[in-house]
Amino acid sequence: MIGWLRDHPDVFLEALGQHLALSAAGLLAGVALALPAALLLARRPVLAGWVSGGAGVLRTLPSLAVLAALLPLLGVGFTPSVVALALLALPPVLLHALVGLQGAEPAAVEAARGMGFTPLQSLLRVELPLALPQVFAGLRTAAVQVVSGAALATFIGGGGLGDLVTQGMALLDTAQLLAGGSAIALLALGTEAGFGWLQRRWERA
Amino acid sequence: MIELRGITKAWPGGAGVQALDLSVPEGECCALIGPSGCGKTTTLRLVNRLVEPDAGSIRITGQDALAQDPVQLRRGIGYVIQEGGLFPHRRVGANVAVVPALLGWDAARTRARVEEVLALVGLDPAQYRDRWPHQLSGGERQRVGVARALAADPPVLLLDEPFGAVDPLRRAQLQQEVLALLKRLRKTVLLVTHDVQEAVLLGDSLALMRAGRLVQHAAPAEMLARPADGFVADFLGADRALTRLGLFRISDVPREAASVPGEALPEATTLRDALSAMLERGVTALPVAEGGSLTLEAVLASR
Amino acid sequence: MRWTWRNLDSIGAALGEHVLLVGAALLLAAAVALPLGVLAARRPVLRAAAMGGSAVLYSVPTLALFALLVPLLGLGFRAALLALASYAMPVLLRAVVTGLEGVAPAVRDAADGMGLTPRQKLWQVELPLALPSMLAGLRVAVATLVSAATVAAYIGGGGLGVLILTGLDQGHTEKILVGATLVCALALAADTALRRMQRA
Repeated sequence: MIGWLRDHPDVFLEALGQHLALSAAGLLAGVALALPAALLLARRPVLAGWVSGGAGVLRTLPSLAVLAALLPLLGVGFTPSVVALALLALPPVLLHALVGLQGAEPAAVEAARGMGFTPLQSLLRVELPLALPQVFAGLRTAAVQVVSGAALATFIGGGGLGDLVTQGMALLDTAQLLAGGSAIALLALGTEAGFGWLQRRWERA
Repeated sequence: MIELRGITKAWPGGAGVQALDLSVPEGECCALIGPSGCGKTTTLRLVNRLVEPDAGSIRITGQDALAQDPVQLRRGIGYVIQEGGLFPHRRVGANVAVVPALLGWDAARTRARVEEVLALVGLDPAQYRDRWPHQLSGGERQRVGVARALAADPPVLLLDEPFGAVDPLRRAQLQQEVLALLKRLRKTVLLVTHDVQEAVLLGDSLALMRAGRLVQHAAPAEMLARPADGFVADFLGADRALTRLGLFRISDVPREAASVPGEALPEATTLRDALSAMLERGVTALPVAEGGSLTLEAVLASR
Repeated sequence: MRWTWRNLDSIGAALGEHVLLVGAALLLAAAVALPLGVLAARRPVLRAAAMGGSAVLYSVPTLALFALLVPLLGLGFRAALLALASYAMPVLLRAVVTGLEGVAPAVRDAADGMGLTPRQKLWQVELPLALPSMLAGLRVAVATLVSAATVAAYIGGGGLGVLILTGLDQGHTEKILVGATLVCALALAADTALRRMQRA
């Protein structure tokens, strides 16, 4: 495995770069959809209930099925993979953000209204900051799922570290298979640990 | 009866129980009191061997408790804890039937006994048997806890802060009911409480502990009148003389034959309440409904 | 839809295989997680090791886990079964441990004080009270397994993933969509059924 890495650093680094690009793009796209949606839904409990239900369903769907189902719509390659990953990132961020926004300390919200904040000001300056720990927890879950899901992008030609696994399997090259598998596992564990560390550091601050 | 001899239990880094001798005669209730961490709960749990002693002997109704199988021993001792410790996944009836089931009673006998003990603790069996613990008030849960402890009719009961979770308004009534019940059933009881008034009300004797040792063991009137030392006096409180008056009734002290004007008190009134009435009315003598009068001198002489 | 009508039996077989794979992996995982969880809930050192190990194992992405296990277990149904079971076990273990730890100390104390043996306490009191947590864990485990079993097709585990992967290989859209739809329907049906059970 180490030997394979020494012999093919360029292949490995390219796959790693693709994996990170896929994950980052998918996560960002997911957050860019989920956060504004959560803010819009925060004051509409009935609609928020419906959307939460939908997000719960989306979260239950197997990643490979989501990825594969997009192929007829979007074809193969990087972009459809990013769309699929965004769909994976969306539910955790949206659900956590909604819980955080709806769970904001009623006394603080009441105080903000009492001091003359408009509803929008209250949402952005009081409720959102209070909901940030929840949002971050959602972000952490989403990041780990996206890094995991990106490993499957290889099946729709999206590249990434999954390529090392599929090539290893195709060529019966155990070293490459193990290199790919370990790299994906370490990246996921590192993402989990890294976001966890950020979360704790930030909660203390 | 319950007899503890030379019981010692050391906890890592804390006061356990040291060389404790304590006996509770049959049919009596001994209230263990003392500041938190004094070892009173440990003492209680030593009796049913939820805590195993390092040294000493324990006899319950004449038998060596340490020689028995602890599980069998516990089935023969009623155990009531704060909030009742009811099993939340079982209905009231099934909770009360736990020990009879462990003892292998048949269904008909168990069912009859469940109804009997629920009625004993003042709960209508038809109404309560099929309720869930979470549907009960704190006081009702506690009643079920007592019923459960009585189910297999054990001669000995252990009560650990049994009224701690009951709201103060209902507590007094529940205490009176349980007191009457335990007297009627002639159970030998060890009660742990942090509440001096409760201990005085329920206990035939008080056992005051401090840092794992028994400081004084005496009848309530005796301990309130003659605390062994400053610690006991402080623990019983500055109002211990008043508390003590609560133990006596007008009928317990000599009365004057002559009556005095004013609203008469029945002779079952406690001296504490009688003194309070004197203070309130600004008088030194009160008429007694059954005849004669009670004087301040008589109240003071009861010390 | 012509392909679908002509291959109804093989589609049904794939669905059956998928369910079998998930069910067998679940049983295997539960057979390990239940005793281990009961032991771990009582022993702090074992608990720390089990919970830590579970967290790591569960965070490993499906494809990575399969890639790492293939050199050890080879390909085929049995390998996929073991890989899936090792994936679901941590979820169930965590649920058993947290469920047992959630039992109120007063309830345990009452059980001991009334003379239940440790075994009676476990079966009559602790496990029934841990049931809601265990059901929640079961729900997560089933969702995880239905999803992971799709990828298991890649190491010869069979199931609906075969339709998706061969479809992707052959550029056969209908096959992909049938596989993806069925596996999504399976995931949702299982989740709904378990949610109903949780409420009951």
